[in-house]
Amino acid sequence: MAQMNMKEAIRDAMRVELKRDPSVLVFGEDVGHVGGVFRATEGLQGEFGETRVFDTPLAESAIGGLAVGLSTQGFRPVAEIQFVGFIFEALDQMFVQAARMRYRSGGRYHAPIVFRTPFGGGVKAAELHTDSLEGLAVQTPGIKVVIPSNPYDAKGLLISAIRDNDPVFFMEHLNLYHAFRDEVPEGDYTVPIGKAKVVREGKDVTIIAYGLMVHTAMKAAEELEKAGVQAEVIDLRSLVPLDIDTIVASIQKTNRAIVVQEAQKSAGVAAEVIAQINEKAILHLEAPVLRCAPPDTVYPFAQIEDQWLPNAARIVKTVNQVLEF
Amino acid sequence: MAKVSMDRPVAKTGALSHEVRADDIAPLQVLSPDGEVVNPDRMPKLSDDQLKEIMYRMVFTRTWDERAINLGRQGRLGFYAPVSGQEATMVGSEYALNKDDFICPGYRDMPQLVWHGLPLYQAFLYSRGHQHGGQIPEGVNVLMPQIIIGAQILHATGIGMGFKLKNEQRVAITYTGDGGSSEGDFYEGLNFAGSFKLPVIYFVQNNGYAITTPFAKQTAAQSIAHKALAAGIRGVQVDGMDVLAVISAVQEAAEIGRNGGGATLIEGLTYRYRPHSMADDTTKYRTKEEEAEWSIKDPLVRFGKYLEKKGLWSDEDTARVKEEAKNTVNEQIKKAEQTEKMTVAGLIDSMFEQTPPHLEEQKADYQ
Repeated sequence: MAQMNMKEAIRDAMRVELKRDPSVLVFGEDVGHVGGVFRATEGLQGEFGETRVFDTPLAESAIGGLAVGLSTQGFRPVAEIQFVGFIFEALDQMFVQAARMRYRSGGRYHAPIVFRTPFGGGVKAAELHTDSLEGLAVQTPGIKVVIPSNPYDAKGLLISAIRDNDPVFFMEHLNLYHAFRDEVPEGDYTVPIGKAKVVREGKDVTIIAYGLMVHTAMKAAEELEKAGVQAEVIDLRSLVPLDIDTIVASIQKTNRAIVVQEAQKSAGVAAEVIAQINEKAILHLEAPVLRCAPPDTVYPFAQIEDQWLPNAARIVKTVNQVLEF
Repeated sequence: MAKVSMDRPVAKTGALSHEVRADDIAPLQVLSPDGEVVNPDRMPKLSDDQLKEIMYRMVFTRTWDERAINLGRQGRLGFYAPVSGQEATMVGSEYALNKDDFICPGYRDMPQLVWHGLPLYQAFLYSRGHQHGGQIPEGVNVLMPQIIIGAQILHATGIGMGFKLKNEQRVAITYTGDGGSSEGDFYEGLNFAGSFKLPVIYFVQNNGYAITTPFAKQTAAQSIAHKALAAGIRGVQVDGMDVLAVISAVQEAAEIGRNGGGATLIEGLTYRYRPHSMADDTTKYRTKEEEAEWSIKDPLVRFGKYLEKKGLWSDEDTARVKEEAKNTVNEQIKKAEQTEKMTVAGLIDSMFEQTPPHLEEQKADYQ
């Protein structure tokens, strides 16, 4: 086993698949020669050549459309959108053309594409580099949405995504690329899309999170532990499909839950999780399920992003509200 | 300014200057509106049987179009975009391709799909809002009609890249209109094709109107073909009412693409006789005089005259093909109407390769 940070694990997943399957292509802005603005694809062009790993002109819609066209000819494109805010330029190709290909053609064509993009706050990046836009994708039929929280999952989930015969929006939290190292197996393994993971067991309350917020939730759980509260923490890993069974099983035990997200509070993943809890577990609840999420504003400029984003203290406060209900 | 024949690239004319030159262009023409050969050098090499087949397809397509309008009025078809007037660009450009070349159509380009192999009843099913309409048979190299203007331009670009990566001697062709040439996806596609030197043909059927907006309001560019200049690809303008000129231009572009010479933008000057769809009124945005001017250039009349002079076609032939087309349309619309209806459960199952648990659950409500 090797020690890898999340960026290296993501790169390793692409290396494994480029080697295993000649139909896999990796492309986007600056991903080839230099290996991406975060070097997530560094060395891949040298290893696999310019026809497998290449730079494109700067146009996100064309990157998406290129992927759709290539996918109809038997290729498995891994297309990078350089920063999350730039997906707005590619939404038609990602959320309409790729996501509807299987349906519109009655299964004659499908779009086995991975759209990779860095996202997520707390790094003082420029505007529109850090928004959490997963909610847009979650509301879009026909595309899977995956957000890993650690190197091991990132590699296994990305390999699953590349092998998936449907489009996958694979969102990589900027603040996790270099945050820590993990034991990551060399070579081939997968983490299934659609399975959440209980990352901390507890009996008093369930904290549901994904991406960087899993780690923030773990910090909050440690704080709560000091006060004698045993919090269970669930890492969703996949937002579509959503593993509601793992959530319900936890709530049956804890009877209380909150959902943490970096995206603005309304109409997002947390709202959907809570709706499904209502449908499947309402009689197990002792308190309403609350959201710990930023206000419904645009993502702020860097100066106030730390106050805007959820932190351990806010999570503890939200947990206390459901405990004291 | 010198006139530049547009079957050559538009770039690199005139003296060196820091200002990009936009020279005049003249569309490629093989036949005059009277059916006289005006450009024998560009006459495609076609046998008598092939020439008759092209006329057959154009007459068939116009008859099908007329019938489709009626079927629409009877409520037997849904969304339908009329094609009369554009037979030369549609039938001719498809005829110039090989069967393994790939077509990425806009919403009006159903004739190209059908002549490339899509069964007619499936074209009717598409119009009727049935999923089987887009279920392209194996071996038929087309995508479904595109509704988002310009999105298909990028798909053709990706498909062309696929052919290039696999070293296949094939081209992708995509169609849009004069309105589509204003879309960002149009410029992105041309630019990618230039940068990667891809075997793609971008065919703009400039019929003068984007629904109601006239070409003059669409762009200040001298022609759509000129837009190739900025992307570094070939730009060609062709008389889109002259089927032999269309075939000549597309054959040349395909040959260049297959041999590694990159992409071509072809602007075909044409006219749609009928409204954009069944829902707009042409009298609100164009004149009877203009319509009459274009009808003189009619692609069927022009090519018919040429064939008559060669003793290859007569009014009886036209009457026979019309009859055959009417019968085929009747039979194919019946087949479409008899096709089993879609179900919501089937819709749910076509979202993903494997229907995930939440959709299985939602499906239960519709069974």
